[in-house]
Amino acid sequence: MAGIPHDHYEPKSNGEKWLYSRLPIVGLLYDTLMLPTPRNLNWMWIWGIVLVFTLVLQIITGIVLVMHYVPHVDMAFASVEHIMRDVNGGHMIRYFHQNGASLFFVAVYAHIFRSLYYGSYKAPREVTWIIGMLMYLLMMGTAFMGYVLPWGQMSFHGTAVITGLFGAIPFIGEGVQTWLLGASAVGQPALNRFFSLHYLMPFILLGLTIVHIWAFHTTGNNNPTGVEVRRTSKEDAAKDTLPFWPYFVIKDLFALAIILAVFVAIVGFMPNYLGHPDNYIPANALATPAHIVPEWYFLPFYAILRAFTADVWVVQIVQFLSFGIIDAKFFGVLAMFGAIAVMALAPWLDTSSVRSGRYRPMFKWWFWLLVVDFFVLMWVGARPAESPYDMISLVASTYWFAYFLVILPLLGVIEKPLTPPATIEDDYNAHYAPKSDSAPVVNPAE
Amino acid sequence: MNMLRNATLAAAAALALTSGQASAAGAEIKVTDFAFPFEGPFGQFDQMQLQRGLQVYTEICAACHGLKYLSFRNLGDEGGPHLPEDQVFAYAEFYEIFDQSLFDGEGDFRPATPADKFPMSNLSNAPDLTLMAKARAGFSGPYGTGMAQLFQGMGGAEYIASLMTGYVDEPECALEGEPMDGYYNIAFAAGGFPDSCKGDHGEHLVPGSWIAMSPPLYGDDVTFEDGSSTELEAVAMDVAAFLMWTAEPKMMARKQAGLTGVIFLTLLSVLLYLTNKRLWAPYKNKKA
Repeated sequence: MAGIPHDHYEPKSNGEKWLYSRLPIVGLLYDTLMLPTPRNLNWMWIWGIVLVFTLVLQIITGIVLVMHYVPHVDMAFASVEHIMRDVNGGHMIRYFHQNGASLFFVAVYAHIFRSLYYGSYKAPREVTWIIGMLMYLLMMGTAFMGYVLPWGQMSFHGTAVITGLFGAIPFIGEGVQTWLLGASAVGQPALNRFFSLHYLMPFILLGLTIVHIWAFHTTGNNNPTGVEVRRTSKEDAAKDTLPFWPYFVIKDLFALAIILAVFVAIVGFMPNYLGHPDNYIPANALATPAHIVPEWYFLPFYAILRAFTADVWVVQIVQFLSFGIIDAKFFGVLAMFGAIAVMALAPWLDTSSVRSGRYRPMFKWWFWLLVVDFFVLMWVGARPAESPYDMISLVASTYWFAYFLVILPLLGVIEKPLTPPATIEDDYNAHYAPKSDSAPVVNPAE
Repeated sequence: MNMLRNATLAAAAALALTSGQASAAGAEIKVTDFAFPFEGPFGQFDQMQLQRGLQVYTEICAACHGLKYLSFRNLGDEGGPHLPEDQVFAYAEFYEIFDQSLFDGEGDFRPATPADKFPMSNLSNAPDLTLMAKARAGFSGPYGTGMAQLFQGMGGAEYIASLMTGYVDEPECALEGEPMDGYYNIAFAAGGFPDSCKGDHGEHLVPGSWIAMSPPLYGDDVTFEDGSSTELEAVAMDVAAFLMWTAEPKMMARKQAGLTGVIFLTLLSVLLYLTNKRLWAPYKNKKA
């Protein structure tokens, strides 16, 4: 793909020319920063910057925490308390890191649901989407392993539950679980390797971030209309776009400052609100918490994991057809990973010819139901597995799969989409008409 | 028989570690929303209350419990009890610490210094209290929405004060069955519970459960030099406030940093808003 036509970097001084002929790094940075970006991006397009900022925040605070943390089953908990009490500013660094995980997931869920609404996953941006899904999986792995490190009650028993999921795989499960833990039970080998991987994975995320950005810089950004930037000439493209710097950088930084003000308020005034109090109890293998609850950002998928119990008829049929190989426990594991897999397959499951949900009257309803469904799953994931919560989680889990596997493919056939504007320029002018007195139309999705 | 009783107590104590959220399992607990001075974004620890709480801890709790993550020098910290230096030294000397470096590595007891940590408990059924106010902050209700914690500031200090004041007479249903070990407490979730107090579906008909710890406070247990109230509730709140501080000794510094950060970022976002508006003005003819 040739990319959107725009002015490229030209070395001017002798020094610039000297470097450019040897390493065109300035040109690369220039072209990245000056990327033509659709003018009509709304406020849901700010989460990428928030995510990059949070990744850097987590890496920097994490590196400082590692200077004081001790990955040993007898000392890990006390070393975190040492950070909280004796290290200069340690309590703030640790709370920033701890709540930074929550900020990360708030931003990533907003980012993902924005893509789902505006069809950012659709051709030609499937690779961007798939890389994004990989990053999301890596984030979950990183967050989970990081949660293990303080070696509190939830760290310990959460590890037992999550690695136990792999133990549910038929035939090889027990071997896989032992291999993951480095032992037959959660202990020192698990803590050491989780510490190692928790340090490694953010840097892989950083690398994937660059690939993610590279991919959508090749295709160009999606935008609320889903209409592509005109590539017919530099002039046409310029009417649809503005350079990323300074227009979108300043806009994104403004949004970031507001989000960080809320974030700092949470860190400063209620840093433990989003965490589980049991993790302030040192790990004790002999005392299992009454409810093992993951952090809030895992709850929707945890709810799906628990929803498919042995008394659900789908589970019983699958168990019968697979000669008992797929039992309820393994079915739940498959459902949990499947919930993310069907989302990753969205580019191929969505059959609609129109990209943006703004012009899809039926899709809108189903989409917002999916958002509600997500929050219902999050809430029910933290409730005990008893009536009526079991029924709610089953219905909500079913809708999650139905949205991707049934509704998205069907809507493309039965829905009559509206006609999107011909160009981004038209859309932009409809909102901010030059020399017009009409008030800008409020976009309901903003 | 005695051993069996000890084992039961230990098991109850181990279960106690899991309380907090256990209330969701069906065991209702009664936690009162006490008004502590440190609640909310602008709340501050009351230095005198922390000192009174320290006194209650020293005279009563320390008999069984420990504070192993807290250093004696922290007692002199600003934003905490803020004891004068000589009092910190004098207080530390009151404790004996086992020092492995004495006697050519054989170790011996010596008086503690401010650099030492509080001793930990040697009793298996007396959990360490340093972090208890954070470990018992699990009031995510109603219905798991977390509203009680968010809007009423319900937290671990409320739990501790409620536990101290939660010893009441056993409910009548308990008298029908086998006598229970321990003491009935309406704020304690994870202890033993008699079948005679359960409904048809196993639901608990009375709040709380039976705790192994005997009532530590009755009222008028201590004499305060500042003449503060020594009624049960007042003393319970003092020690709960002190334990909130031991769990979160940097709370004042944290709130200060949070406030500074929020003010700074609010100003920054105003400036960025104006910059952004001006930057985009040529492309947005919004002037009516």
